[in-house]
This record gives sequence, C-alpha cells and structure tokens, in this order.
Amino acid sequence: MFLLRLLLKNAFRHKLRTVLTLIGLVVAICAFGLLRTIIDAWYAGVEASSSTRLVTRSSISLTFQLPLGYAQRIRAVDGVRAISWANWFGGVYITERNFFPQFAIDPASYLALYPEYVIADAEKLAFLRDRQAAVVGRGLANKFGWRIGDTIPLRGTIYPGTWTFNLRAIYDGVDAKTDENQMFVHWSLINESVRQSTRRAADSVGVYIVGIDEPNNAALISQRIDALFANSLAETLTETEKAFQLSFVSMSEAILVAIQAVSLIIIVIIMAVMANTMTMTARERLAEYATLRALGFPPGFVVRLLYGESLLIAAIGGALGVAATLPLAAAFARAAGTLFPVFQVSALTMALQWLAALIVGSVAAAWPAWRMSRIDIVDGLRHVA
Amino acid sequence: MKRLPLAYIVRNLWLRRVTTGLTALGMALVVYVFATVLMMSEGIRATLVATGQADNVIILRKGAGAEINSAVGREQVGIIETLPGIASDALGRPLVSREPVVLINLPKRGSGKPSNVTVRGTSEAGGELRPQVRLSEGRMFRRGTSEIVAGSAVVAGFQGVGLGQTLRFAGRDWLVVGVLDAGRSGFDSELWGDSEQMLQAFRRTSFSTVVLRLANENGFDRLRQALEDDPRLALEAKPERVFYAEQSEALATFIRLLGSALAVVFSIGAVVGAMITMFAAVAARSGEIGTLRALGFRRSAVLLAFLGESLLLAVLGGALGLLAASAMQAFDISTTNFQTFAELAFRFVLTPTIAVQAMAFALAMGVVGGVIPAWRAARLEIAECLRAV
Amino acid sequence: MSRADPAPLIRIRRLVKNYRRGGQEIPVLLDLDMDVAAGEFVALMGPSGSGKSTLLNLIAGIDKPSSGSIEIGGVDIADLSEAELADWRAANVGFVFQFYNLLPVLSAQDNVELPLLLTGLPSRQRAERARLALTLVGLADRAAHYPNELSGGQQQRVAIARALVSDPLLIVADEPTGDLDRLTGEEILGLLERLVLDLGKTIVMVTHDPKAAAHAGRLVHLEKGVLVDALGG
Repeated sequence: MFLLRLLLKNAFRHKLRTVLTLIGLVVAICAFGLLRTIIDAWYAGVEASSSTRLVTRSSISLTFQLPLGYAQRIRAVDGVRAISWANWFGGVYITERNFFPQFAIDPASYLALYPEYVIADAEKLAFLRDRQAAVVGRGLANKFGWRIGDTIPLRGTIYPGTWTFNLRAIYDGVDAKTDENQMFVHWSLINESVRQSTRRAADSVGVYIVGIDEPNNAALISQRIDALFANSLAETLTETEKAFQLSFVSMSEAILVAIQAVSLIIIVIIMAVMANTMTMTARERLAEYATLRALGFPPGFVVRLLYGESLLIAAIGGALGVAATLPLAAAFARAAGTLFPVFQVSALTMALQWLAALIVGSVAAAWPAWRMSRIDIVDGLRHVA
Repeated sequence: MKRLPLAYIVRNLWLRRVTTGLTALGMALVVYVFATVLMMSEGIRATLVATGQADNVIILRKGAGAEINSAVGREQVGIIETLPGIASDALGRPLVSREPVVLINLPKRGSGKPSNVTVRGTSEAGGELRPQVRLSEGRMFRRGTSEIVAGSAVVAGFQGVGLGQTLRFAGRDWLVVGVLDAGRSGFDSELWGDSEQMLQAFRRTSFSTVVLRLANENGFDRLRQALEDDPRLALEAKPERVFYAEQSEALATFIRLLGSALAVVFSIGAVVGAMITMFAAVAARSGEIGTLRALGFRRSAVLLAFLGESLLLAVLGGALGLLAASAMQAFDISTTNFQTFAELAFRFVLTPTIAVQAMAFALAMGVVGGVIPAWRAARLEIAECLRAV
Repeated sequence: MSRADPAPLIRIRRLVKNYRRGGQEIPVLLDLDMDVAAGEFVALMGPSGSGKSTLLNLIAGIDKPSSGSIEIGGVDIADLSEAELADWRAANVGFVFQFYNLLPVLSAQDNVELPLLLTGLPSRQRAERARLALTLVGLADRAAHYPNELSGGQQQRVAIARALVSDPLLIVADEPTGDLDRLTGEEILGLLERLVLDLGKTIVMVTHDPKAAAHAGRLVHLEKGVLVDALGG
C-alpha cells in the first residue's frame, strides 16, 4: 500500500505532464478499440450466419443468375429440408447516399428460413398477401421514419424504372447481431416486370438459400447440389452461409489489413509519447534515485518504482480509454447508419485494449528503468537536475 | 536582429536528442498515415482517370450506374451507330465498340480467396478506342475464337492467369494469348475477349455498353441530344473521363475520409507528445529564459524561439513521415471497388500537392503542440526565473 | 573612495517595493533614497530577506517598483514600459550572476555576442567586439569552448565579457563569487575592480561576503527594507 501511494504521488507530481500523457493514452486506446470494432463490424454478416443454411450461386460469379427450375431439383437433394431464393434488387431510395440492401425474395419460404427476423403475425400475413408489399427492418424504419402503410419509392438500377412498394411489415432482429437495415420485396412482382420487358431474363434467381438438416453435412450436401448442375449451362457453387459472407469480406481485404496496421501504429505512437514522458521523469529524479541507492535500496527497487509508475499511468489511461470507447462507438454507429448495421464493442476488443495499455506502460519504462538501475551513486548524488 | 539565432534552436533539440527523437517519431508516424492515405486515394483516382480518353463516349442504359447493370440491345446499337459526330477508322468504319461486361470469380494469388474480375468483350474498334493499352507479351486474341488477353494486374494478382494458361468459365476453355499493359489504368485489371464470343458464352442477347469516339471533342452535346431525342432508346451517354471518375468516387472518398479522420485522431497523440517535450524544455530552461529577458530580449523573441523549436521538431517528423510514405510507391495494392463490384489494382501516388499537405499537417501539429508552452515561456517574470536558478 | 559627481549616475528617490503573496501585500523596500556616482563600485550588503537582491533587480530594470523614482543616466526607468525597459537594459546594463547563466548550447564566443544581437550591428562587427571583450577578460583562446568545457572561474569571466560587450553604463553583479572558491573569487573581484579603474564602469554588487565587499569602494547596508548607513571603505 505504501508503494502504491508512493507511485500515485510520484505520478502526479508533475500534474500537467501526467494529464497530457493520460489524454494521449485515452485517445490512443479509444481509437484502437474503435478501429477493431470497425473490423468486427465488417464481419457482422459472417457472425450472423447460420450453420444450417447454404447459399447456392452461379459458379461464374455472383452477378450471373440461375434458372428458377433449379429450385425443385435442389429441394429434392438428400439432406435438404427447405429452399428459398433471393435477387439483389439494388435500388436507390432518393439518393445513392441512402444505400441499404434490398432483396426480392420468395416470401413464405424465405421468412421461414430466417427465423431471426421476428415479425408480428398480422403484419406478416399482410406482407404475404400483397404482391407489392415490402417488409423492412426496425433500424431502417427508424432511420427514415417509415410506418406501416407508407409507400416507399425506389429507383431501379438493375431493374430499370421507378418502383413503389407498400410497407406492410417491420421486422425486429432476434438479437443484437441481426441486421435490421434490410428491405425485402416479392420476387414474383419483379419477375413479372422482367418477363414483360426481356423474356429471356425472366424466371431467374440470384441466389438460392438452402436449409439443411445437419450442419455437419454441409460440405457433403454442397457437393451434391453442385454435382446436379455440373456441365450444364448454368453451373453452381454451393457453400455455407458463413463462407458466402466471408467472400464479401475478403473482397475488401486490402482495406481491412490497412485498418489493422493503422490500429497498431496508434499504439506505437503513444508508446513513443509515454517513453518520452518516463525518460524525462527518470532524468529529473536522478538525484533521488541515487539517494535511495546510497541508503541501501537495491537497483531493483528503483526499477520497480519506474515500472510501477509507468504501469499505473497506463492503467488509468487504459481504464478511461476503455470507458470512453463505448459511448463513442454508439455515436459512430449512429453516424455510420446503414454502412455498419451491426456495430458493437466486443469483449475481446476490450481485453485487447487493456493488453495494449499494459504493453505501452511496460515498454515506455523499459529503457529509462534500465538506465537508472545502472547509475553511479556518486555521480547521481552530485547531479543537480 | 532581435531574434535568437537558429543555432540556439537547433542545438537545444540536439542536446535532448532522445526526447527530440521520440517526439519526432510520433509526428512522423502520423504524417506517414496521413500521406499514405492521401496517396491511396490519389492512386485510385489516377488509375481510373487514365482509363478514360478525352474524346471517347460511353453509352449505357439510363440509370444503370455501373457497366454490369447496363444492357444495350442489338437494334439499339444499330441506331447508335447512325448518331452524328462519330469518328471513323482508317477504313471508314465508325469507331464503335459493342461490349458485354461481366464479372467472373477467380482465386487470388497468395490467399487463394476468390474475387471478382471484369471480363470485357470488345469489337474490332475496341483496341483503337484505347490507345493507352498495349500488348506487353504475346499477341492479341483472334476474332471468333475463345482466346483472351489479360491485363497485367490480373496476371500478377490471380492464380492460373498467365500467358499460355487456360481459364475455364461459362462452360468453355479460354486461352490466354497475350498480356496487356494498360498504362496503369483500370484496364490492367480486366480480361478482354471477342465481343460476340462472350455474348454467346454467357448466353446474352444484349451488350452491356457501347463505347465510341467522337470525330470532334466538342461533338458530345450534339450526340447526347440526338440520343435523348430518340424515344426508342432509354439510354444515356457520358464522356468516358466523366464516367470513370464517377466510378472511383465512392471508394476514393471513403478512403480519404476514413484516413483523414484517423490521422486527425492520431495527431492528438503526437501533439500531446510535443506539448510534453516543450513544457519540459521551458521548465528546464527557465534560468536561461530569465537571462535572455534580462539581457534585453523581448517576450516575443522568447515565444518565437520556443515555437521555432516545436516547428523544427515538426518539420523533422514530417520529413521522416513523408519519406516513409513515399517508399510506399513501390507497392501495388488492389481491392474491390464498391461501385463496379470488381477488383481494381492501383498504386500509391505521391503528388507535390500531397507532399505539401503532409508538411502543412506536420507544421500544424508543431504549432498546436508548441504554442501554449511557448506562450508560457514568454509570460514568465524575469525575477522569478533568475531566483529559481 | 567615492568621487562625488555633481549629477549622480543613479538617483533613487522614495523607492517602495511590495510583493503580493497569497492576497497579502508584503513590503520589501520601504521608502528608500540612494545615490550612486558614475565610476563608483558599490556593494549592497545585508542579511537574508533584507531586500538587497530586490533593490538590485530594480536598479537593473528587471523589476518595477511599487512607487518612487529610479533615475539612471537621467532616465527615470520607473516610467518606462516593458518593451522600452528591455531596450534600455540592452543598451545600458551588463549582468553578472552567481551561477554565470551562460547558455549551455552556445560557445563562449556566441554567448558573449548574444547582447549584440539586440543592436543593429552586422555579424562581422559583432564577432570582433565579442573577441575584444574576451581578450579583455583573458579568455580569447577559449572562444570556441562550450560552458561545460570551462571551469567555474572561466565561465564567470565569459559572463563578465558578455556584460561588457555592449559597453553599458552600469554593471550589476548578484553574488558574483558565490559559487567560486576563494582564490578564483579573488581573481574575479580583481577583474571587476579593474573595470571600474580602467574603463570607468559603474558597478553595483550584492554580496553577503565581507571579504568580497572589501573590493568595493562603498558599502551600503540594508536591513528589513531600509538603508543603514555604513562607513566607506
């Protein structure tokens, strides 16, 4: 206890310097946490994946469609218990800045495969009945102030023209991991319009969502499905939903690597700042340390004093930084809106923030502590700082 | 000359070199991040700007946004070819290329993870419309065959794409007969083949876009008007430069904003470091400050001296950071462009503007970090300083 | 032996100095009158807290009185603004401190040149004047050395050279031998005496050491902020 009180008093001897160092620490630890959370948010889709869903798409690329006729054939495959499909609608709501995902789905089967979208029975029924209906997530409804009964206009890019949909239902995510920023409309409505304009592109599907019985059979069932359509005009690639989501993440891999690198750089910056602080501190107290040595304290004591002070400051800064991360993350999530629909600070992130603070505190004290442990007592006593 | 000599500032920094070094390092890292991010954004912009020619026009379906979302039918192409102001080639044929554009999945070299690559079918005029694209190896694909050429970035970045290798997609084998050097433009990230062959393989009836050259650069408005006036066509025309600039906007802006925000946040750390250093310097030299004031140097001279130290520190850090950032020019990076949904390879490009911005940022850190300590130093009373010695 | 000039160089009338400390006014100098003739070597003596350093600071123009007048060379420096005071000091006062107060990052030559930066002299002339001052104090061969390469006595000589370089009317010395051994201290005091005898400088020196004070021409005693007359040496 004596040691702790001594460390605290020493740490705040030079209030201004300690406060400035703490500011730097808080900013660094907080930024580190936020960057990690941004990376986590990128993987949100992966985290929300279900192990009992597979995604079947064209083997050429996601931008090619599959024939509607595949649905029954996939359904008949051993191990498949349900099937649905979805097309990326890609419409624009007023301006490009209001981007959010829109999917044209086969309503009943799709919602059955996604129990995490919780909809009130009456609303669900209304959605299923109206071919021009739309169901949106709570997050989206709140962002644009939509209510049941509103009409939502979208400008089509893939499916040209202006579309209007009737908002019949709003879904809530079953937990915090669920994306509540999506919009779903009827595939049959879109298909009807396509059939009238370009006959050949009609009755085609973007992806098939396949519900399976046993997660362990995922690889096997995927192979079975793809074998069905091998050497046909539209070959398929079936993978787990998780793998499908991961493929999106890997498209931005360069950016993610850069963000990770940058989150480490900030720690290095604050390490340099703290090392600077501790070096100055040590230099100022040279005579004191020499006195302690003259009195008989071993070199290790001085080292412990320096490390202790450095770690104490780092701990205080770390605690404040971690505490500041949560409200800042919430503010960031609000500002980023639909860009990062799920934005949460994970426990691992907070643990890493503490670790970072610990490392900064240790490294900063390393060199000054080493130097101070080797001072010549006589020299040190003579030194007027 | 009522200022203190530069030697005074420089030697004081050298005297406390460990502290000087650490503070400058912090600043250098911030400037490095800032400059690198700007260089990335510039690199994307430069790549896509180099993709467009001044007198080329690209025609897409109205509201399509990206080439892969667009569709232009054969009859529509026929009409387009009759529009006014189109240049002709040496044989008098209109310089028009009908192009189906699709994306295929290929595994990247190294990670093996799949990413989207743009495949473009071109007509005979396709090559002439893009003078910046040359063959660096092999030969051009023959019309009517399943031969393709690959952009240099695709060869470098993806597995199985090399001269003489065969790619399989859309139920066919495609032989890579040549490698393109597209002058660091977006075409380096594409695979090119015969337009009609691509249509057949992908079972399409419409092209994605039509690219043509104007006989006269000023003929664009006339062409655009003629296009709009025809009720049969729901198409829009854009100068190629404008189109490709738009294609890069989202990604470049995202990177620039994210990176700049990060740099500003980081700069708080570096500024804190500078402040600590400068406050310590003022405290350690209070006797000196008193002496100088006693000798007759004004408060302003003291302020400028300490501010000068902070700025010199910043210049040092800024130069280091910029040096490190400029080394990044040796690296290529590629990522998926949000708007085209396809992989785009680009470089870090350092422009004089970016260098100036980076140094200005460094100086700003120096000012913010040094102004309060310098002001404090100037406010000291002579007698107090001398007494404390 | 003081030479009474018709018009004294320093003419102090009704000088009062109070300090504010924690909301209280603490008087340090109480209604002081003092004259110093040109060419005098005056030693201010007194116990700790007597106000001698304060008086020196006021004469040197690095502090301002609470009330009263300080005329030096005909100018009442109590009336000058801070900027004017700085310029006045640069032209008229040379400083010698107990701890030499040389700038550690400058060489001896540069330290001596420092006051000349405040004049308009071109760099060649500055260097020449500095050299001259260093020669006067016998350290011309040490011009390129830095303070940490010089002994205490040598550093004090450099400080004296600095005090001389702009040819001021007045030299103020605050415990100039306080950090030196007996022998070196004697040398320094001898040097100061010669400045008075050979160059006609006026020196006001604060010291607590009677042996040091013996080098001065006149002793002035202070006690609790007032002058206590003592016999001339």
